[in-house]
Amino acid sequence: MQKQDRNILVGLVLFLAIFPVLVMNVGTVGHYLDVMIFVGIYALIAMGLSLLMGYAGQISLGHAAFFGLGAYTSGILCVQLSLSPWLAMGAGAALTALIAYVVGVPSLKLKGHYLAMATLGFGVIVHIFLNEEVALTGGPSGFSDIPGLKLWGFSLDDELRYYILVWCFVLLALIFSLNVIHSRIGRALRSLHDSEVAADAMGVETSKFKITIFVLSAIYASIAGSLYTHYVGFLSPSSFDLFLSIKLVMMVVVGGMHTIWGALVGTWLLTFLGNEWLHVFHDFDILVYGGILLGIVMFLPGGLVELIPRLGRILKRT
Amino acid sequence: MEKISLAGQLIQYIFTGITVGSIYAMVGLGFNIIYNVTEIINFAQGEFVMLGGLFMVFCTATLNLPLPVAFILTIALVTGVGAMMERSTINPVKNATVLTMIIVTIAVSIVLKGMAMFAWGKDPYIYPPFSGSEPVFIFGAAVQTQTFWVLLMTAVVVVLLTLFFKRTRYGKAMLACSDNPEAARLMGINVNLMVLISFALSAAIGAVAGAVITPISLMEYDRGALLALKGFGAAVLGGLGSFYGSVVAGILMGIIESLCAGLLSSGYKDAVALILLLLVLFIRPSGLFGSVEVSKIKKFG
Amino acid sequence: MKIKRRAIWITLALTISLAFVFSCAKEKEEKKATTELKEPYKVGAVFSVTGRTSFLGEPEKKTAEMITEAINNTGGINGHPLELIVYDDESDETKCVLAVKRLIKKDKVPVIIGPSLSGNSLAVVKIVNDEKVPLVSCAASFKIVTPVVDRKWVFKVPQSDSHAVLTIFDHLIANGKSKIAIMSVSTGFGASGREELLRLAKEVGMEIVADERYGPKDTDLTAQLTRIRGTDAQAIVNWSVGPTQVLAVKNWYDLGMTTIPFYQSHGFGSRKNIELAAGAAEGVFCPLGRVNIPDLVPADNPQKEVIMAYNQAYQAKYNEPLSSFGGHAWDALNLVIDALRAVGPDSAKIRDYLENRRNFVGQHGVFNFSPTDHNGLTKEAFEMVVVKDGDWALVP
Repeated sequence: MQKQDRNILVGLVLFLAIFPVLVMNVGTVGHYLDVMIFVGIYALIAMGLSLLMGYAGQISLGHAAFFGLGAYTSGILCVQLSLSPWLAMGAGAALTALIAYVVGVPSLKLKGHYLAMATLGFGVIVHIFLNEEVALTGGPSGFSDIPGLKLWGFSLDDELRYYILVWCFVLLALIFSLNVIHSRIGRALRSLHDSEVAADAMGVETSKFKITIFVLSAIYASIAGSLYTHYVGFLSPSSFDLFLSIKLVMMVVVGGMHTIWGALVGTWLLTFLGNEWLHVFHDFDILVYGGILLGIVMFLPGGLVELIPRLGRILKRT
Repeated sequence: MEKISLAGQLIQYIFTGITVGSIYAMVGLGFNIIYNVTEIINFAQGEFVMLGGLFMVFCTATLNLPLPVAFILTIALVTGVGAMMERSTINPVKNATVLTMIIVTIAVSIVLKGMAMFAWGKDPYIYPPFSGSEPVFIFGAAVQTQTFWVLLMTAVVVVLLTLFFKRTRYGKAMLACSDNPEAARLMGINVNLMVLISFALSAAIGAVAGAVITPISLMEYDRGALLALKGFGAAVLGGLGSFYGSVVAGILMGIIESLCAGLLSSGYKDAVALILLLLVLFIRPSGLFGSVEVSKIKKFG
Repeated sequence: MKIKRRAIWITLALTISLAFVFSCAKEKEEKKATTELKEPYKVGAVFSVTGRTSFLGEPEKKTAEMITEAINNTGGINGHPLELIVYDDESDETKCVLAVKRLIKKDKVPVIIGPSLSGNSLAVVKIVNDEKVPLVSCAASFKIVTPVVDRKWVFKVPQSDSHAVLTIFDHLIANGKSKIAIMSVSTGFGASGREELLRLAKEVGMEIVADERYGPKDTDLTAQLTRIRGTDAQAIVNWSVGPTQVLAVKNWYDLGMTTIPFYQSHGFGSRKNIELAAGAAEGVFCPLGRVNIPDLVPADNPQKEVIMAYNQAYQAKYNEPLSSFGGHAWDALNLVIDALRAVGPDSAKIRDYLENRRNFVGQHGVFNFSPTDHNGLTKEAFEMVVVKDGDWALVP
């Protein structure tokens, strides 16, 4: 891990530790902790996607499917087989990894827009499956009464505990991802992103690395799905549709896809914008949301993280 | 009422499939025109179709214009929207990756959807078919007269596009862009202008699709995304960059969906169409009619 | 270029800040107007005002706002003004969960009405039970209030799908039909209707010869209907809301299938649907809550008075026809107002009051809640109607 990353990581941990103290007992923002739980859940998926998009240079418009597969596997195993939620989470991750592998091998041979279509198609197929297999998934009416998580007999049902749990997962994934980025695989991936042909010629086993990252990002999404399931306690296919896949890609791009921190920033901004800050605009929120997105991608094509060095320069000048 | 024979059913499915497929084909054409010049997949393409339908509602019901005038005015208006979109959001962005540009088009589609919601509200709209509302019976299959209009308009669009690309200077220049954008640039083609034309043209095609399909399918502000998805499927299945490919693929997808809904399972019809699409891609990574060489030149990400 | 870019940024920032100032000023203004009265009673509401099911949330929000305005103009609830806080969940479950948490934690409301969707309601059931805040849902699924032991704090005002299915089956049986084809949209509404159709068909001995499905944004349903044409179905029952229910009727008419009677779910209850179908809806049956057919309700019906009053007020204010979904918001909010008037803004007392409320005359029926029934309606809440000359008519 590089020094700069370590510094940011320490800053993030400090922020996460102070955040609940800041908002918990303040009436107007007390529920921000809930929002942060969802930020954490989505950030987990976005990080995987960021590895895939920013480092391996591959797009996926189907990550909502992996999120949904993890969520449903957890829910179904817990309710119908009364499995322990932690075991179910592991099973979900394993199943999702397997599916990601099977889908990834032929798909990742495709390039650019063709890959986008293939992953998109996969996402829609999974969504239809969740909708149609009523006996297994409850169909469009959903699947309710999923139990909460317990850790050593300690129930994780209040927001603060769940917040800690979710962000622990995010931090673990973050540290793991940073290690991946700065490992041999990461360097190989970077070369892949710049030019696949050149990487190939240099003897980098491009397809193997691409698959590894694809499967890893699917596992992140699956774990996020399990965390979502046990927090909300209710699943329905509409939470895992194409629009979520697109939103996830937007989170990565808006934050800046060339660094994994961008995924965190993008997720944080879009989740708070969509669920909180735009309520003041009432009916106009869809327009404002679209406008803000447009503004960011048009004027900061490298994402919000581009602002940070700029701010630094401004600060230096003054 | 007596049961319909299997042959009658099949004819019915095929007619339905061709109708819906024509719309996918037209959306796919729109994707291709922009893709060829810019390599961008314009996710606001479905919004052009939606606007086509809703502007038509505005022209016929609110302005009470006669049908042909309303039709032409609708196309003009949506073309204007397409051109404006290019000038205000695509043109100013420099040095961005294709992926970023795609996100720009998604953001535009959200804005267009929001605006349509304010202009027309959330209810679906419809206007009468272009000629006569009683269906025609062909071998026991009932075909709405509007279906013929859809087919006619698809044919007109294909013919006009062919003429445009084969006979006009701009058309040829755009084809040159699609063969090799770098070379075209070097040959002194005004790529900037070509991009503008490509957006205007796809918006116009979207408008035609929206205007002819609304009497069959109704139209409301948030219909665009699904049409864009299907059109994207058609464009990819046909092979990005291939105009005829997207027409054939669009109609094929419509027929497959309709046959699945009728013969296999209506719940899984979209899934079956998509699985077939994926299989085709796995066997032919550049679609049915796509050129492998061209797709190698194109970059992404 | 640099300058131009800065100019765009500044305009953007200005617009956003202006909008903020504007909306804040508006909020303040509202507050000012009510300070002269006693402390306001808060009621939270979550509706799907935008998103794929905006047709539910839109009239619900309008209705709730209309009632709030009316009650505040006439002195409020025992002198307390009513403060309605509406959030839009955009038909999205995650947003709905967050909106409900926000209502409970930030706005500290004692009671919540909505959400509009069954899925969204089920997603928040756990939260309101844990937080002990009563919720009066405007969504139909019976699962929202079943089993009551696990749904202590949840009520719902719309009729259950089973009520509508039974009304349709009664009519089918009375007309000697025993083989039906069903069609349903693959959303929560359609799936819940389909489940009930399949379950109750077994109970009453109805044979289902085709079970077709379609997506909420499908552009054509000819294939599904053609398949039904190939069976010996004696009637078609379609379960959907939104544009597809109009499409189903149009395609049924265009395919010349009008000799097979067509039944719509209670989701068809908007006159706009008849207009959109442009003549194709003639002869279509559907079970409707009486709020949809104010003029047809006999004068001696207990609901007549409230329905007429709501109908007139809504049309006068919004100049658009009533939809049955607005009626759900009317029932939910007025039940809550009734409870607030009786016991004040105390969550537990409101819950107990609602659970024992009987003979509440609403838009969708006469509610009789009990500790074992948090819906309080029976199939009598429906009236079977048929489309005749472009309007509803009671089935004789």
